[in-house]
Amino acid sequence: MAAQDTIRFIPERCDGCGDCMKACSKAKGGASRVSIVAGRDKSWEMALCRQCGDPKCVANCPAGALDKHGGTGIVGWSAELCVDCHLCTLGCAYGGIAFDPAAGHVGKCDLCDGAPACVPACGKGALEHLSAAARLHQAHAAREDMFVPGLSACQGCNSELLIRHTMRRIGRDSIVAAPPGCIPGMGTVGYNGQTGTKVPIFHPLLTNTAAMLGGIKRQYERKGRDVTVVALAGDGGAVDVGFQSLSGAAERGERVLFICVDNEGYMNTGMQASGSTTFGSWTSTTPVGEVGRGKSTDGKYLPQLMMGHGCAYVATASTAFLDDYHAKLDKALEASRAGFAYLHVHAPCPTGWRFPAAMTTEVCRRQVESNFVTLWEFTPAGGLRFTRGVEHPRPVTDYVRMIGKYKHLSPADLERIQASVDRRVETLQGFQRRSAAE
Amino acid sequence: MTESHAKYLIVGASHAGREALAAIRMHDPEGRLVMLSGEKHLPYSPTILPYVVSGRSLPERTALAGAEWFAENRAELVLDARVTGVDPAARAVRLADGRRWTYDRLLLATGAEPVLPPVEGLERVRHHVLRTLDDALALRRHAATARRAVVLGAGLVGLHAAETLAEAGLDVAVVEMRPHVLAEYFDPRASALIRETFERHGIRMLMGRRLERAAGTEPCRLGLDDGTELEADLLLVAAGVRPATAMLAGGPIATDRGILVDPRMRTNAEGVWAAGDVAQADGFLSGRPRVNGTLPEAVEQGRIAGMDMAGDADLVPYGGGLPLNTYGFFGRHAVAVGAAATPEGEGVEVHTDEAGGYCRIVLKDNRLIGLAAIDRLVDGGILWRLIQRRTDLAPVRDRFLSHPLETARALMSQGWR
Repeated sequence: MAAQDTIRFIPERCDGCGDCMKACSKAKGGASRVSIVAGRDKSWEMALCRQCGDPKCVANCPAGALDKHGGTGIVGWSAELCVDCHLCTLGCAYGGIAFDPAAGHVGKCDLCDGAPACVPACGKGALEHLSAAARLHQAHAAREDMFVPGLSACQGCNSELLIRHTMRRIGRDSIVAAPPGCIPGMGTVGYNGQTGTKVPIFHPLLTNTAAMLGGIKRQYERKGRDVTVVALAGDGGAVDVGFQSLSGAAERGERVLFICVDNEGYMNTGMQASGSTTFGSWTSTTPVGEVGRGKSTDGKYLPQLMMGHGCAYVATASTAFLDDYHAKLDKALEASRAGFAYLHVHAPCPTGWRFPAAMTTEVCRRQVESNFVTLWEFTPAGGLRFTRGVEHPRPVTDYVRMIGKYKHLSPADLERIQASVDRRVETLQGFQRRSAAE
Repeated sequence: MTESHAKYLIVGASHAGREALAAIRMHDPEGRLVMLSGEKHLPYSPTILPYVVSGRSLPERTALAGAEWFAENRAELVLDARVTGVDPAARAVRLADGRRWTYDRLLLATGAEPVLPPVEGLERVRHHVLRTLDDALALRRHAATARRAVVLGAGLVGLHAAETLAEAGLDVAVVEMRPHVLAEYFDPRASALIRETFERHGIRMLMGRRLERAAGTEPCRLGLDDGTELEADLLLVAAGVRPATAMLAGGPIATDRGILVDPRMRTNAEGVWAAGDVAQADGFLSGRPRVNGTLPEAVEQGRIAGMDMAGDADLVPYGGGLPLNTYGFFGRHAVAVGAAATPEGEGVEVHTDEAGGYCRIVLKDNRLIGLAAIDRLVDGGILWRLIQRRTDLAPVRDRFLSHPLETARALMSQGWR
């Protein structure tokens, strides 16, 4: 189910003034759909339709007057079909649909056609209109797709989604480098003299991607042309074989956007391990048998190393949180005008990691929910900042259990993975504390 | 004889069946899914019928799910397929017309049917019931020519119909053998407020009277136990419903008043589930099996049954049924959640407030067990969950008693955000 728009309530900012309710009441010509009520200890609480994914108000309607819209996600109400029985109000746990005595029927939030009146009415910033993935998809669908149709990524691979989103955003004035890996393998660099993109793309060596891009960018700068140069690399082309040229370009502050799409191994050549492959993983070079128990060492955590380079911008991202990714892509693009920008995006691989192709987004989400993957960004001025809280993670086994490459792990192995996840989070939290202090 | 087979076979096409179908498809996109309906109409809700009688809902626009919805869910709807027998050993059901369907998993969501009280002559006089769309259309047609109407029973169906008939200009009398209207939901004071509204609109409310004899047609003559004689051009029997279990008679599926089910809506027969008005599941407050024939319960039970049939691991077993309803009458609105009619004493605290509407709150050990309100804004859905979660109201008790709407909203908001 696609993520959809919602209104977020930030109670710490709310002073209970009621301006949101007045604005809603005015916009709707009746009772306010948003309700601010007193909570504990002089705090404020909110009741508002959550536009539920599986709305009980709809299920409770005997008249077919309520309906969940598949595209916008809005639970809509029909005056014509409603019989005023109010059974919908018995389904709602949020106080999101209630009788409006002035109007004589039930009322509920419809997000005002995408521009909720309550949000700008709040002078304290306690209400936020969150436009989520569905809106992103729609917005980006209107932009030009820079890839040909029919890229041949494996079923369930999120890299194609990622690169199409990325290049729609970056647009035509760009040059793409796709070093050996799944991304050129799926057809982006083309065949037989034709490319798979509408922008110039080239296929550098694993070892020289960042160096070549840096040079190209300098040449265009010399000619006075504003061109974005982008690397769409795998972890082999960044964490492993590509590392020295990446490190050098970052150190020199080349004006490059380098995106590492990390599937934790050489998945297009037969699932060999890379420096990014995590402890315990089965790969064809870290097999599981009488002796081997998968990879015996931890993976190298490149985003932290890139932070150590003092890049203009470093961030991690997950395709289960596309709005977060887009916000970071915007910042990375801006940063790459002045220095080196590095994005590290996780790409669970259904083929190589052995999980059902339909589960990729769930796997991505679970990685983040368990802190196996953390979402954060870094700038030299602001330091490290988590963009999603890490305080209440699921146990890492909730994630590991979904993945075939970890199937053989013993309880002791799982404890080790949990410990290394916890240690990394602590390390990153240390960076964040230091940033906040400075 | 033709035979057909479905992985999932759902008998009944109202809320429980529809919800189960959707829940199955959330988990199993493939398995053949067939819904059998004894009706000739597309699935509709019995709750809509009083509105069809009044003309508020057009009969052709009552469908809860049309061809498009079934296509989207890759499910088949078979109309005019009345099940007359179930054979769990053979995993088969028999239809009235001799057809047979076999299944891997079966849901019985056949709903309820009107009860005809044992009154001398009642079976022979022309009378209406209101459970199907055809019943509603027949009642609507007859109401257009009748002058005097008698409604037997002051439950939700009877009262709703009485209001509609009165609004259509008929002289209406309601006969109820219990002393109060809607006694299963409301306490005597709330019931009296509702009854008085009916009386103010010219409806004769004959409470605590029993119909003893019925004879004749147009008018039909009715004799009550206190000697009152009534004449009616139109007689509506709305004296309650019973679970539609006739097709199980003599079979191995265990029934009491309804089909007995466990918290996963499983019957005692392997591969057979039941949900909605036909099912008898544990009550939340009593812990004893009870038939709780309300729409929200049908939805809840249907969803659980569907999830269990499809093997959905996210299933949360049924927490137990609670009385729960909303009721609109003559522009007024009533809501009852939980054991709102519990008399004072009995280890409960009762707080009644009649300022600006009626509100009766029943607490036990500082936990809500029931609330009834008339013309007072409360969120029934939130109150339902406060009862189910046994939320301790001690920290907000006084505020909750004076401001149940705002306090309940704040409690829920703290919980979800």
